[in-house]
Amino acid sequence: MTRIAAGIIAALLTVAAQADAPKFKIERGEACVAPTGEMRRDHMNLLLHQRDRTLRQGFRETRFSLKNCVDCHASRATGSVLGKEGFCSSCHEYAAVSIDCFECHSPQRQARTAARP
Amino acid sequence: MNPERRQLLGWGAAAAAALAPGFRLIELAQARSPQEAASVLQRWGLLIDITKCVDCDVCVTACHEENGVTGQGRPATDAQWIRKVNLRDKRTGYAQTLPLMCQHCEHPPCVDVCPTGASFKRDDGIVLVDKHTCIGCRYCVLACPYGARSFVHEAVSGQKADVPRGKGTVESCTLCVHRVDRAETPACVEACNRDGGKAMAFGDLNDASAEIHRRLRSEPSSQVRADLALNTGVRYQGL
Repeated sequence: MTRIAAGIIAALLTVAAQADAPKFKIERGEACVAPTGEMRRDHMNLLLHQRDRTLRQGFRETRFSLKNCVDCHASRATGSVLGKEGFCSSCHEYAAVSIDCFECHSPQRQARTAARP
Repeated sequence: MNPERRQLLGWGAAAAAALAPGFRLIELAQARSPQEAASVLQRWGLLIDITKCVDCDVCVTACHEENGVTGQGRPATDAQWIRKVNLRDKRTGYAQTLPLMCQHCEHPPCVDVCPTGASFKRDDGIVLVDKHTCIGCRYCVLACPYGARSFVHEAVSGQKADVPRGKGTVESCTLCVHRVDRAETPACVEACNRDGGKAMAFGDLNDASAEIHRRLRSEPSSQVRADLALNTGVRYQGL
């Protein structure tokens, strides 16, 4: 009897968790710049490392650049990674993480110019 | 020098020249690849010929457009990356106008006073603010003898992707570092040569084959406040 009750509770919790889980659409591309698990765990470290390389040393690799993130993950509807179902904000709000990237950086996807490779 | 030694040196030079195809002991100046860091071999600078600087502000407009520097209509506190300065000799009435921005000093006072290391000079001579570590103390604003730095007093929106800007940090001319890294010239120089008096030139002060290097070598030029011995990267002619 206890086992059945525990099972029911566990099932309910799973359903509840799925209902609350952040919703977002991955807008573009077959795969991210690194495996999903690695990106989920480490994206903040990758970005932190990349920002210093770019700003201080002048490397301009795009792989882990914030601009590259935004270009793929910005919503097709709003053109932004922020907002209710925004790729960045939906998870950060769910996890109660307050980031300040977008107080300075643009959350909008940039229109690609023909001159850029 | 005896003949044998001279011959040996000659062979050495020939061997060095034929070291490997495409290999040089001194690299030619060229656009960096994105995987390459800024190099101390280069030093970016500007040469501004004031005799050609006319009464317009296309450099200011182009800079603020390129970098997304928008004001709130409050001139006392709005950020200003470049401005036109008008000079007039009180005795003779002779008037000149010139654009003034960060002079990208070799020995920048703003870097000396920064308590967090946010104000720094990149290896290729471009002086920048790392806004991730800037605490907005504004020591650099006071230290800069050119008044080139601005503090962002109000929340910013609609930034350009290449030029992050935010409230509570200090900013100034970046020499359009995002354009320089793609082998383009700064927005002010491009605009001046297109719509203005063709007074501004941009280039590598260390590159002996560059036009700016040739002109600095063969024509008179000056630094603003040369007495401070900051060795500015921005030079003026006709001042």
